[in-house]
Amino acid sequence: MSRVGIIGIGHTRFGRRGDATVQELAFEAYREALVDADLDPALIEATVIGAVPEYHKQRSVAGVIQEYLSLTPRPTWLTEAACASGSAAIRSGWLAIKAGVHDVVAVIGCQKMTELETAEILALMGRVGDVQWESVFGTTFPGYYAMFTRCHMHEFGTTEEQLAQVAVKNHHYGARNAKAMFQKEITAAKALDSDSVAAPLKVYDCCANADGAACVILAGEAAARRLGGARTVWLDGMGCASDSMSVLRRGDLTGLPAAREAAAQAYRMAGVEAADVKVAEVHDCFTIAEIMAYEDLGFCDRGEGGAFIADQQSYLAGTTPVNLDGGLKAKGHPIGATGVSMTCEMVSQLRGDCGERQVLGADIALTHNVGGIGQYCFVHVLRRD
Amino acid sequence: MFERFGRISYCAHTKVEEFVRHLESGRLMGSCCAACGQVTFPPRADCAECRHGEFTFTELNGRGTVVTHTRIESAPAGFEAAVPFDLAVVDLDEGGRLLAGFGATIAPADIAIGMAVQVVPRINEETEESQVDYTLERPGTGWTKSDLP
Ligand SMILES: [Zn+2]
Repeated sequence: MSRVGIIGIGHTRFGRRGDATVQELAFEAYREALVDADLDPALIEATVIGAVPEYHKQRSVAGVIQEYLSLTPRPTWLTEAACASGSAAIRSGWLAIKAGVHDVVAVIGCQKMTELETAEILALMGRVGDVQWESVFGTTFPGYYAMFTRCHMHEFGTTEEQLAQVAVKNHHYGARNAKAMFQKEITAAKALDSDSVAAPLKVYDCCANADGAACVILAGEAAARRLGGARTVWLDGMGCASDSMSVLRRGDLTGLPAAREAAAQAYRMAGVEAADVKVAEVHDCFTIAEIMAYEDLGFCDRGEGGAFIADQQSYLAGTTPVNLDGGLKAKGHPIGATGVSMTCEMVSQLRGDCGERQVLGADIALTHNVGGIGQYCFVHVLRRD
Repeated sequence: MFERFGRISYCAHTKVEEFVRHLESGRLMGSCCAACGQVTFPPRADCAECRHGEFTFTELNGRGTVVTHTRIESAPAGFEAAVPFDLAVVDLDEGGRLLAGFGATIAPADIAIGMAVQVVPRINEETEESQVDYTLERPGTGWTKSDLP
C-alpha cells in the first residue's frame, strides 16, 4: 500500500488576531509551509480548506483563500466536521492522493472566531446540540461536557482536582510555546477558584475561542521521498468515525465511542498499539475531554484517566506525553485550524524540532481531533522512518 | 406548529409536530413504528430499526431515572434571565431518553445521578402563542389531562 507523507508545515500565532482576515491568516501558514518544504508552489495541485462556515462573515472561504494564495484555477474545496474540520481536511487530501487524482496537496485549517459579537456567539452556542429536542431547554457546549464529567465522576471517582491538573499541565507547556494564545503558567488553586460555567466545569476547564491557521503539505510516496527526503513524516494510520448528534442516542456518557472506533482503525492501519505512541495531541476542548481521550485511545484503562494526569503520566517525562504545545486549552482553539495545528506539532516532534518540549527518540505520534460532542472523531497515527 | 415546543425554537416543521398538541393535552408521546412496533423517544417519523415511514403516537408514563445532570451558569441566547438552571438526561422506564430542566418540586441540592423523576407536561401561558414543554418533577407529582385541542 503506497503511503502519503507530510513534507511541509506552517503555523500562525494563535489568539486574538484582529490584525488579519481569514485569508491573510491562511496565507501566513501557507507561506511558512512552502518555506519549510522548500517547495515550488507550482507543484501544488489542489488545496483543501478545513473551516466551520458559520463563524465567518465571509461566506465560502475556500474560494476566497484560493484566490489570495494565487492558486486559481487549481481545485479547492471545504471540509466541515465541526471542531474536527482540520483533520477532515487532512483526510480529504489523503484520500485525493490515495485515489491517484492528485500528487501534492496543500491542506489549510483556519478560523477567525473573534469577529463575531458576543450575542452572535451565544446564539451559536445555543445550537451546538440537537436543536429539535435539546437546544430548546438551554443546553450549551460546556453543558454537554459537564454532563460527561458528572458521569465520569460518578462511575470512576474522577475529581475536580484532577480536572484542574489537566489545565495546569497544558498551561505549563503553553508557556513554552511561542505560538500559543496563553503563555502563562497557572496553579491548580487558580483553576479550582474560577467561576462555574456549567457545573462541575469552571472557566479554567474550558478552552478559549481563538483565531489562527495551520498548513500541511501532503505528497504521494514517491513525490514525498523526492521533495521531502528524510524529513518526511508519514500518515500511516487514518481512523475516522461518527456518533449521534444527540446525547439522547448515546449509550455511554463516560467517553466518546467515536474516538475508540477511530483509534482502533488508526492503530490497525498503522500496525501499532497504544503503547507504541511516543507523543500525542488530543482534543482537550474541556479538561474532561483530555481525561476521556487518555482512556478512549488506550493510554490507560477505562476509569484511570484521572489517575493518569494526577501521576503526571501525560507530562514530558511520563508514559505518553500529551499536548506538549499547550493543547486547545493554552494554545487556543480556532476550530477549523486545530486538527492541522495538532498535525504540525506532531511533525515537529517526529523531526526532533521541539527544543525543551521535545520527546527524545519520538518515532510514532498520534493526533485525536473531535468534532462537536463526539459526532465526529479523527485519529491519525504519524511515523518517521 | 413545532415552534411552540420549548422556550426558544429552531425547528418549526417536522413530521412529528403533532407531538406538541399531545403535550398540550397533558400526554407525553413516543412514536410507534407501524411496521415493526418499535417505540422511540424522542419520537421519529422514520423507524430507526426497519426504516419504515409510517408511525402512530403512543403515550408514555413519563417515569424515569437521572443519567447525568449539570447546572448551566453561562446562558445561551434566550436563556439569559433563567440562569442558573439545572438540566438532566433521563432514561425513561418505558425506553428512550429525554433532556429537560427541573420543576419546583425538586430542589437543586437534591439532584443526583440515579434519582427517580416524573416527566410532567407544561403549558406556558405567559407567551402570546402558548408554548409547551416538560419539566422533571418528584415521582407522584400529578397534572391534568384534557381532550386533544
Ligand atoms: Zn420499524
